[in-house]
Amino acid sequence: MTPIPIQQATRRRKALRAWFDPRGRGLGFIAFALQRITGLGLVLYLLLHMAVLTTLLQGESAWDQFVAFAKSPIMLLFDLLLIAGILIHGLNGLRVSIVGLGFGVKQHKTFFWIMMLLSALLFVYAGWLLFAH
Amino acid sequence: MSNNGRPGPKTPVTLKILRYKPGSIDPPRYDTFQVDADPLMTVLDALEEIRATEDPTLAYRHSCHHASCGTCAMKVNGKDVLSCVTKVLDQKSDVIVVEPLGTMPLVADLVVDMGDFARRYEPAGLSFVRESEYLTEAQTPEGVERYTRFESCIECGICLSACPVANTNASFIGPAGLAAWYRSLQKGDGERADILAAVDSDCGVWGCHGAMECTEACPSQVQPGDLIMYLRREVVKSKLPWAH
Ligand code: HEM
Ligand code: FES
Repeated sequence: MTPIPIQQATRRRKALRAWFDPRGRGLGFIAFALQRITGLGLVLYLLLHMAVLTTLLQGESAWDQFVAFAKSPIMLLFDLLLIAGILIHGLNGLRVSIVGLGFGVKQHKTFFWIMMLLSALLFVYAGWLLFAH
Repeated sequence: MSNNGRPGPKTPVTLKILRYKPGSIDPPRYDTFQVDADPLMTVLDALEEIRATEDPTLAYRHSCHHASCGTCAMKVNGKDVLSCVTKVLDQKSDVIVVEPLGTMPLVADLVVDMGDFARRYEPAGLSFVRESEYLTEAQTPEGVERYTRFESCIECGICLSACPVANTNASFIGPAGLAAWYRSLQKGDGERADILAAVDSDCGVWGCHGAMECTEACPSQVQPGDLIMYLRREVVKSKLPWAH
């Protein structure tokens, strides 16, 4: 019997399942998956952002119209999502980098919760700035 | 002869086992079996019973039955464990899903190709071996210079299976291999620069994304994830301008 390549063996072994299947996994895995999802989300946002910036090519009034639309409450909710993504990705990324240099390795879970708490606090502050002003 | 003949109350439990035989059970499917478990029955005991009484074609690996040989590793309800020390009733579920380890190619049923593990692990050499501190005065047989013993790593492959990135990076040295390189560094086996060069790549320390699931899953306290982080620090330190 010759062993068969991973991909042919079972659907379970495919990449998306490997990266995001939470069964039997712990906090470190959740942090990893979050970093990946938010990272990809931020890339998507960046592309969208650049596409939207091309509105500038259509002149001042087109841009002003877009800005007015962007300030609508529903778009502000998307801004909140973006802020959450940036905070989680950025602060967890900082944690990953520090742990990745061999510091706080044993405390990586506590470290994760501290970063998430910090994200939550900054998120509330950002939300307040966004909607109260 | 249920539960190795142990008397006492039994709880019926269903085992949902992944089956795969190239050419015959292909694609893989799940078969279910019923066992009567007592509190001491391990998942490996259950597999042995199923093979003895219901399906002699059920394939799985095992040897020692006491968490030292590392052959019986598999996924039980999604968690990578040694089946010989994982109790059926401790799972606290009526249906227990038993699957082969991830990452390594599947050979049959619960058996994966450990050659994949060895290929990643072996370049570091047998660094988890040391001179035995037991019975140092004992005579050695002819041809054996001195007794050696394994340190913690039992080469079970659980870390490689639990790693969320090893699955999609076939050339990643993986947790056990990187931990072995770190052990070599600690023990001074080989040139420091050579060891650091061997792990300073996307297939080495930079292939790790710090999910730490290997440390979480390791049944033998090797804590490979932690060692990868320490190894990474050594790599970075060696590159600092004032390191030279
Ligand atoms: C706020 C500052 C940021 C920090 C501190 C940061 C940090 C990090 C770190 C440390 C990683 C590696 C994580 C790992 O090893 O698994 C990472 C991955 C990534 N980042 Fe960021 N990042 C930041 C901003 C961004 C932005 C703005 C984007 C998108 C435009 C982005 C996209 C990504 C992507 C796609 C990945 C790959 C995820 C993966 O491999 O799982 N990051 N980031
Ligand atoms: S049978 Fe040896 S470790 Fe489980």
